[in-house]
Amino acid sequence: MGLISNGTTIFDAGAMEAGGGAMTLIKKLTASNASTLTFVDGASSVVLDGTYKEYLFTFTNIHADTRNAEWTVNFRDGGSSYDASKTSTFFQSFHYEADTNAALGYRTEKELTNETSAQLLSFENHEDADCNLGGMLNLFNPADTTFVTHYTSRVNFSNTFSQEAYCAGYCNTAAAIDAVQFAMASGTFDGVVSLYGIS
Amino acid sequence: MGLISNGTTLLDAGALDSAAGSGAMTLIKTLTASSSANLQFLNGASSVVFDGTYKEYQFHCISIHPASDGEPLTFQVDTGTNTNFNIATTNTFFRARHNEGDTISSLAYVTSYDQAQGTAFIRMNGGVGNAADECCSMILTIYEPANTTFVKHYTFTGSNYQDNSGAEHLFSAGYFNTTTALTRIQFKMGSGNIDSGTIKMYGIT
Repeated sequence: MGLISNGTTIFDAGAMEAGGGAMTLIKKLTASNASTLTFVDGASSVVLDGTYKEYLFTFTNIHADTRNAEWTVNFRDGGSSYDASKTSTFFQSFHYEADTNAALGYRTEKELTNETSAQLLSFENHEDADCNLGGMLNLFNPADTTFVTHYTSRVNFSNTFSQEAYCAGYCNTAAAIDAVQFAMASGTFDGVVSLYGIS
Repeated sequence: MGLISNGTTLLDAGALDSAAGSGAMTLIKTLTASSSANLQFLNGASSVVFDGTYKEYQFHCISIHPASDGEPLTFQVDTGTNTNFNIATTNTFFRARHNEGDTISSLAYVTSYDQAQGTAFIRMNGGVGNAADECCSMILTIYEPANTTFVKHYTFTGSNYQDNSGAEHLFSAGYFNTTTALTRIQFKMGSGNIDSGTIKMYGIT
């Protein structure tokens, strides 16, 4: 059943038509000693297709169980593997709690050059009880089959220092990206990753 | 027909009431380029709201593909019903770059892309490639454009597939050095048309 007010359809067929807000929570996944968290279009109520031209993933209290673990993402561009070819940039700023060092710099070893391995989003994550990371990843127009698919991320994590990591690049394929997987490069993790669609 | 629940109007006259909790990010307008010289959002025209209704506006430029190779995406603003799009601005600009040939990896300030009280269109990236699969995606935020006391700040960031086949991560911030309310914004390539792409305008409550 739909609802029409003053000639305007407010909602119909299970979806809001008018003024429902431009940022829609699609799916929230909670990790508990998990190896991966995966968002697959069409599975478990996940929408990751042409419905939205922009998607936002947020990371909340992501806690690595292994010292110096690297928070990563990879993308599926067909088939079942998370191995889209990517070219990217990576830089960081950091500041120690002891105030002994602070810097801003590019990290060539963290960038990708048309590589299929996972994209590192932060590194040197600490397993101490109160250490975690927070941040976000924007994914632009993943269902497009003409252009490459751009992504940008910004993550801050705590160790014995605060470190902010910036990454951006593109999946160098015109194929649609229909699934995204997050993982620590080693070990498991806890925390929440939420997926939003931007209308 | 309206809908009232427990004394609160949830919707009426074809719109959700603010009490209905409709979200703080509102899509105002979507423009799609098709060999377009520019895309512009003018307050009061074509359902565009660009005034004191919101204290923050965002423009999401998605899969912008230029007709001419190596041209940057640019923007400028104007006041009232003026059409010059030449408000003085001072800004900063830095970027990270890495090309597919693996010969460029850098993080640097770009003096040639910033402005010091300049009135030219504001460069959002290096050259965007125009090969079939090349494009850029950027997010621009403008703060309180209708304020008549302060200058108007803006920030933008995004990702670009450069014409030299590489990734470019862009960061810029600055302000329009005027206390007159901004009412309009125009996007265009440095030269040539926007061959294709979408720009979405949002108001942030």
